[in-house]
Amino acid sequence: MADILRFLLRRRGGKAWHWTDVVSWIWLIGGLVIMFGPASWLVLSSFKTPAALAEFPPTLLPFVTQQVSVAGYDHPLSLYDVRRPDGTVVVLAEVRRIGLVAQMVDPTNPDAIEKVNIADRKPVQVVQFAASNYTEPFLHFDFFRYLWNSVFVTTMATLITLVINSMAAFALSKYQFRGQTFVLIVVVGTLMVPLGVIMVPLYSIISALGLFNSLWGVILPTVATPTGVFLLRQYMLTIPDELIDAARMDKASEWQIYWRIVLPLAAPALAVLAIFSVVWRWNDFLWPLIVLSKSELYTLQVGLNVYAGQLNVQWHYILAMTVVTMIPVLLVFIFLQRFITRGIATTGFK
Amino acid sequence: MQETSINRDETGQTLPLRVIGLAMSVIDLPLRALQRATGLGGMAAFFLLPNMAVFTIFVLVPFVINFIYSMTGGTEIFLDHRVFVGADQYRALASCANYLDVNSCVEDGFWIAVRNTGWFVVMQVALMVVVALTTALVLNREIAGRGFWRAVFFFPVLLSPVVTGLIWRWILQRQGLLNSILYGLFGWEPHNWLTERTPAFIATIGVSIWAHVGFYALILLAGLQAISKEIYEAAEMDGTPPIRVFWRITLPLLAPNLIVVLVLALIRAVQVFDEVYVLTGGGPGTSTMFLIQYIYEKGFASELRNPGLAAAASILMGVVLVFLTLAQMAASKRNNRKEDR
Repeated sequence: MADILRFLLRRRGGKAWHWTDVVSWIWLIGGLVIMFGPASWLVLSSFKTPAALAEFPPTLLPFVTQQVSVAGYDHPLSLYDVRRPDGTVVVLAEVRRIGLVAQMVDPTNPDAIEKVNIADRKPVQVVQFAASNYTEPFLHFDFFRYLWNSVFVTTMATLITLVINSMAAFALSKYQFRGQTFVLIVVVGTLMVPLGVIMVPLYSIISALGLFNSLWGVILPTVATPTGVFLLRQYMLTIPDELIDAARMDKASEWQIYWRIVLPLAAPALAVLAIFSVVWRWNDFLWPLIVLSKSELYTLQVGLNVYAGQLNVQWHYILAMTVVTMIPVLLVFIFLQRFITRGIATTGFK
Repeated sequence: MQETSINRDETGQTLPLRVIGLAMSVIDLPLRALQRATGLGGMAAFFLLPNMAVFTIFVLVPFVINFIYSMTGGTEIFLDHRVFVGADQYRALASCANYLDVNSCVEDGFWIAVRNTGWFVVMQVALMVVVALTTALVLNREIAGRGFWRAVFFFPVLLSPVVTGLIWRWILQRQGLLNSILYGLFGWEPHNWLTERTPAFIATIGVSIWAHVGFYALILLAGLQAISKEIYEAAEMDGTPPIRVFWRITLPLLAPNLIVVLVLALIRAVQVFDEVYVLTGGGPGTSTMFLIQYIYEKGFASELRNPGLAAAASILMGVVLVFLTLAQMAASKRNNRKEDR
């Protein structure tokens, strides 16, 4: 233990601790608590039963009161540690509670009912993970639909984005034609046109095309990302033109050059764009909220928001579904963090 | 290994790859004909076409007709059903009995949203830059497990705004974690943080910083790592105190990146919506209603829909964003020139 501590606290060249080191570590530990704490709390809470969620102050782990079935009673009864007036402690099951007095029985001797003041008892608690929070929304609500819709939108949008962005980037990096600069300016210029600025007329166009209340109405407006074209073009510029000239000599068609030479060579940039696109589309909220008004078309994000906005919020389901919504992005983060951070650091796009 | 798998033909490839390969050769036949007919110029047009078509239909056309939209009235969606009203929508947005009192305006909702957004932008961006810079400076030090610490600050960036909003709603609610911590430490009575005006507004700022600070810290970290180590070594040899090193070396050399971060944060902050909408829904009352939510509700959600007014408001917001984006481009251009030198 002391060795681990010494290893963590070591400084290069064995120099003494400086006040900036102390500040750094306070910042890091504080950051760990503030950044990881909320999400961990969500995950822990998502395994609690509604009764445990209503407790204040809350417990860290999902405790529930242990229950037993007692002969002669239909429902399982809750167990309590009861302190008898003579000071001995016994485990009794609650039959019913009237005001401050509970009627309790000994599970091994179910006939004798005892009256106990509720101040003299404590529930017997065991850790139990409420998996039903996860299974029930899928069985009784539309969450499986929402999940499917989200997967469909994310996959389709990403595939189309990759194809049409890479085609445009290929044209913009490997051909000389009139109006090239103009096209580039238009592409970069649209970075300035965020959804918030054009959502009203875009909605009318989606409606005119009959795409309102359709998943394609969510997918299509997002696929021609200027970010993607820009990122791929910058990468394709580094592919030597000699390769392409050689292929032309061998009678390769332009389509073959795009498909068999440029695309495989641009794979690293395509991977970065694919990761970004998956995260963007999975997380999209405002536009699906506008386009989708039928509940069977909701994506996870929209469905989750609608359920969380209802008057009697069923937090135990909401929390579990929030965790489910978080999982794909978390997986992307754990396995592909390197690509993402490098992509952001080099392009400044998110 | 890599090369052979690219050049290898049908043999030994998996079925989906073979299907795609086959489809591509089928597509190739008509495209060869196109290439013979139109030459390379035609092929360039062909490659540009899908992206540019989607672009035109879903970005450029809406952008242009937004101006026409903002000059029409009524609740109809399609332009040909709408009445031309000239600059009435802008006039409605700008008419106030007393220009110092938001509530005296005809469209008080718009001005409340503008005021909220203004306060939000100023406070959030200022705090964001400070927090991101501190984080980047700490992460740039020689600490054990730097990759892990970078991940700690970065991971909320990828969370969806709905997830972020719900995480914090769960923590800030009456029986939530924050209240129980405050109760445990100081014995404070539980508060409804999200239904009181000032706490709710502060929460929107805090949550949006929590969600995005990793992104900006990452950009600043890249900037810090680009500063040559020799300058720092020289300063260390001279025995310069760290505060002085920060003001005299780090800050001036990081200035271009700081400006980029500042402008990016401004652009994003003006468009704040998603996580705040999930967190507070704009409430209590209108105390956390921001511009995008106003446009969204005017355009689609409220009883008194007025798409023309929403379009006019969105154009006014667009003008602000264009200025900010131009500032960003100028800043990054200066950046690049600096790197060239």
